[in-house]
Amino acid sequence: MLVPFFFKLREAAVPVSITEFLSLLQALQARVASASAEDFYYLSRACLVKDERHFDRFDRAFAAHFKGAEDLFEAMMKSIPEEWLKRMGERTLSEEEKAQIKALGGWDKLIETLKQRLAEQKERHQGGNKWIGTGGTSPFGAYGYNPEGIRIGQDESRNKSAVKVWDQREFKNLDDTVEIGTRNIKIALRKLRKFAREGAAEHLDLDSTIDSTARNAGLLDLKFVPERHNAIKVLLFLDVGGSMDYHVRVCEELFSAARSEFKHLEYFYFHNFVYEHVWKDNRRRHAEKIPTMEVMRTYGHDYKLIVVGDATMSPYEIVQPGGSIEHWNEEAGAIWMQRLTRTWPHHVWLNPEPEQRWDYTPSVQLTRELLENRMFPLTLGGLEQAIKALH
Amino acid sequence: MSRFAGTDNYVATEDLMMAVNAAVVLGRPLLVKGEPGTGKTQLAEEVARSLQRPLYRWHIKSTTKAQQGLYEYDAVSRLRDSQLGDAKVHDIGNYIVKGRLWEAFESDVQPVLLVDEIDKADIEFPNDLLHELDRMEFYVYETRQWIKARHRPIIIITSNNEKELPDAFLRRCFFHYIRFPDATTMERIVGVHYPTLKKELLSEALTAFFKVREMPGLKKKPSTSELLDWIKLLVAEDIPPEALRSDDPKKSIPPLYGALLKNEQDVHLFEQLVFLNRRSR
Repeated sequence: MLVPFFFKLREAAVPVSITEFLSLLQALQARVASASAEDFYYLSRACLVKDERHFDRFDRAFAAHFKGAEDLFEAMMKSIPEEWLKRMGERTLSEEEKAQIKALGGWDKLIETLKQRLAEQKERHQGGNKWIGTGGTSPFGAYGYNPEGIRIGQDESRNKSAVKVWDQREFKNLDDTVEIGTRNIKIALRKLRKFAREGAAEHLDLDSTIDSTARNAGLLDLKFVPERHNAIKVLLFLDVGGSMDYHVRVCEELFSAARSEFKHLEYFYFHNFVYEHVWKDNRRRHAEKIPTMEVMRTYGHDYKLIVVGDATMSPYEIVQPGGSIEHWNEEAGAIWMQRLTRTWPHHVWLNPEPEQRWDYTPSVQLTRELLENRMFPLTLGGLEQAIKALH
Repeated sequence: MSRFAGTDNYVATEDLMMAVNAAVVLGRPLLVKGEPGTGKTQLAEEVARSLQRPLYRWHIKSTTKAQQGLYEYDAVSRLRDSQLGDAKVHDIGNYIVKGRLWEAFESDVQPVLLVDEIDKADIEFPNDLLHELDRMEFYVYETRQWIKARHRPIIIITSNNEKELPDAFLRRCFFHYIRFPDATTMERIVGVHYPTLKKELLSEALTAFFKVREMPGLKKKPSTSELLDWIKLLVAEDIPPEALRSDDPKKSIPPLYGALLKNEQDVHLFEQLVFLNRRSR
């Protein structure tokens, strides 16, 4: 019965190997877990998932696979999420809204749909907005059932055994990068490594040891040098939202490869073009803005700047003050771009749009001019060219 | 087989207990991740204490090599000794310095080995320990001997997620992520540390603490260990619970908040927010 579960996990992109699966079976045989579903959940999670980012996918696969099979374990629940949603709703909804819910087919239907959406909803940062939360298009958004609402449930009842643990999906937030199936990108990025001697002196420097021993009348005098480390520093600016949604996957791959490859990696997000603010956390982008000036002051000239974006927008967004689609920018995007390139002389722009389409988009042309042609396609070949240009 | 179920001063959640017991029963290393200050390192100590096993600690730094955990051949002192004509020099065994892993392997009873902050080391570090952690044995080239563990140690590895660990290494471990405790668990944690604490003060302190944690933009959110320090201070200063309530605009800064915020910018931000808050009333 567990083999299909194993394949379901692999389908859900939880990187499980046979060794891990066998060790789960071994643990079951050794009676580490008692017969309760919860114990089994904890045990299998400890055995099979090795990264908290995958917890959410695991939870989803677990819920999907063992749905209805709980009776095999000891009977444990009577589908409680409805309960607390209902409770929460009664507290926060007005009478009027309650009436509207009834019109929609009542609680049960609403919650059934909500569940369905939750199951379909992928990683929170890409799909989250689409499914539940914004725009008022979904009934959940309209009645305040955005992810915040779900969080209220968590705050309340985590330790009350009523809610199935895996159905709570507490680790949603952590699943914000793809797993590394991106060896190619890593290898391309590795070319950017530059080694320098840094840190504590701990390698025997044979030449100067011989030299100084000789000077020391033959009495041994050891000399050490620091080990070589990758001294490259990278600053990553990522365009998010809008037309970039189509390129989310490749950007994530680049990002997660870069993150494991460089010790000094700083990343910031922007939308369409860089103006006076950038941000680090997409979910709190309006609350936690970081002045671009501050970034420019903080990270020295030795950082290499990599901007990732499709540069596809209205040309006004680049050349006009106030051209930004999101806010009133005092200075045109072009001026900010010039500041960036002046602050970090080693810079490139990676564009996920196919190169042959660049000529048809005026804003891409503009950006290329601003960057003196240092724009490269976000492909392996383009990445290699970009890295050459960064040296 | 005795099971780990938390101790009188360590509150373990269900899933943590399960992970520890699975690791103990199957003799696999347990990898523990989580926010700083959630008791990752302490876990090893408490496991050792509750199962009554000796604890070996191996703290990893950025310069630590896997080999240092096994043994080191101190060639430099041997060279020096040879220049001074010391008789010790003929036996190479005199210059083999045992590492923490070797010591743990030699223990008479099954020991607990803590490998602390493995992510601080070089990227290759975990890969260099694959065989040793799998088979619990290694070979000393200089003296040509195999060192085998008498009892498979219970290995607890902590990581702060500064580097990604290689897949091959992860496959050999059990994994547990210590989540930040919720309010109820937190109450239990504080309870085991300060059992005599007044209930009122405790709930006020927790409310204030979670409020500070929820503030946007903090560089370093206060963690469990900071909360415990803060409560210790509150008790020592004998601050009444009423002082923690932020209803009174004049006193809306929790007293002694220096124990919670460890960073100049955070303190600054905090004061600014409180100030704004006050003005808007």
